[in-house]
Amino acid sequence: MGGSDEAELSRLLRVALGGDEKAYADFLHRAAALVRGYVRRRVGQGGIDPEDVVQETLLALHLKRHTWRTDAPVGPWLYAIARFKLIDAFRRAGRRITVDLDAVSDTLASPEAEETASPRDVERALASLAPGQQAVVRSISVDGNSIAETAGRLGMQETAVRVALHRGLAAIARKFGSD
Amino acid sequence: MRTDRLIEALKADAAVKPAPMSRAWLMAGLAGAAIAAALFFAMLGPRPDIGTAMHSMRFLFKFAATLLLLATALVALAALGRPAGDRRRAWLMLAVPALLAAAVVVDMAVMPADAMRERWMGSNMMLCLGSIPLLGLGPLAAFLLGLRHGAPTRPTLAGAVAGLAAGGLAATFYAAHCTDDSPLFVASWYTLGIAMLALLGALGGRLLARW
Repeated sequence: MGGSDEAELSRLLRVALGGDEKAYADFLHRAAALVRGYVRRRVGQGGIDPEDVVQETLLALHLKRHTWRTDAPVGPWLYAIARFKLIDAFRRAGRRITVDLDAVSDTLASPEAEETASPRDVERALASLAPGQQAVVRSISVDGNSIAETAGRLGMQETAVRVALHRGLAAIARKFGSD
Repeated sequence: MRTDRLIEALKADAAVKPAPMSRAWLMAGLAGAAIAAALFFAMLGPRPDIGTAMHSMRFLFKFAATLLLLATALVALAALGRPAGDRRRAWLMLAVPALLAAAVVVDMAVMPADAMRERWMGSNMMLCLGSIPLLGLGPLAAFLLGLRHGAPTRPTLAGAVAGLAAGGLAATFYAAHCTDDSPLFVASWYTLGIAMLALLGALGGRLLARW
């Protein structure tokens, strides 16, 4: 990531953390592209689906966004998390590897994800959630409903939906940690 | 699930703001100190002659060492609790063994050899070895919870440092009770008790500080 690109991305996240949801979605899309490029360059044949690592990393970036110091450049933080999740993925796939973080600077972004037919790790973790949380997370992510629409469909209060969404996402993240 | 769908869910969850790390560490510190204090005053209490002891250099030095450990370990812990935190801050902790070594050297210069050995073994070695880990359990649990809120990329190492911080806090309390003030005693037995907490912390970090 070039100097000015990184400064721009840092600025974007800073704005997003101030409450701008559109900026946040924008940041996550850019982060996904960067992580995708980072992972694709380090994953050989078979064993690991790069998009799984991208999704786990995004989830981690989201749940741990309070660990970024807003006065620090976002690159080292973002790639440290991606590296951690990548090593985790390799460990789960049964291989030992060290990843050279210095190679980060010449990573190209990959905007497009390859689509596969089999469910991704996040989706599989979703399926093992408690029914209430699962229904809410599925409604908002897979079905694309808003919080208000989800509340209507499932007969819940909006605050209850928010709580269920948050706990559901945290539970999905925990499923990877305990593998 | 397609990644852009996941991003929609994350965006919808953006309103739920996680507590900042500074707040997490403050709460952990307060909780840990409260638990250690409660246990200390219930089980041990300050030494009866603490009024006069406070005028002794050796007595005061114990606190300089334990508080230095607490402070440097907390700085290291905060850095280790974040991805891409400045890990070099952990080197600050080396100030503690340096300080202890200097104090031991000075003590050796002023004390006769047989007195040194007696003071090294001290009167309450076993109490010291047992009390510091015990007093440190509550703080360690609190610091590990703090790490759970963070995102340590080296969880075992971070847990060990949490143990050192807990040890610094526990040792600060214990030093108020302990009548063995020889720097050699502190350098040996306090260190051993604190090392046990570091080991426990490393295990705790490995098991609990995952994310």
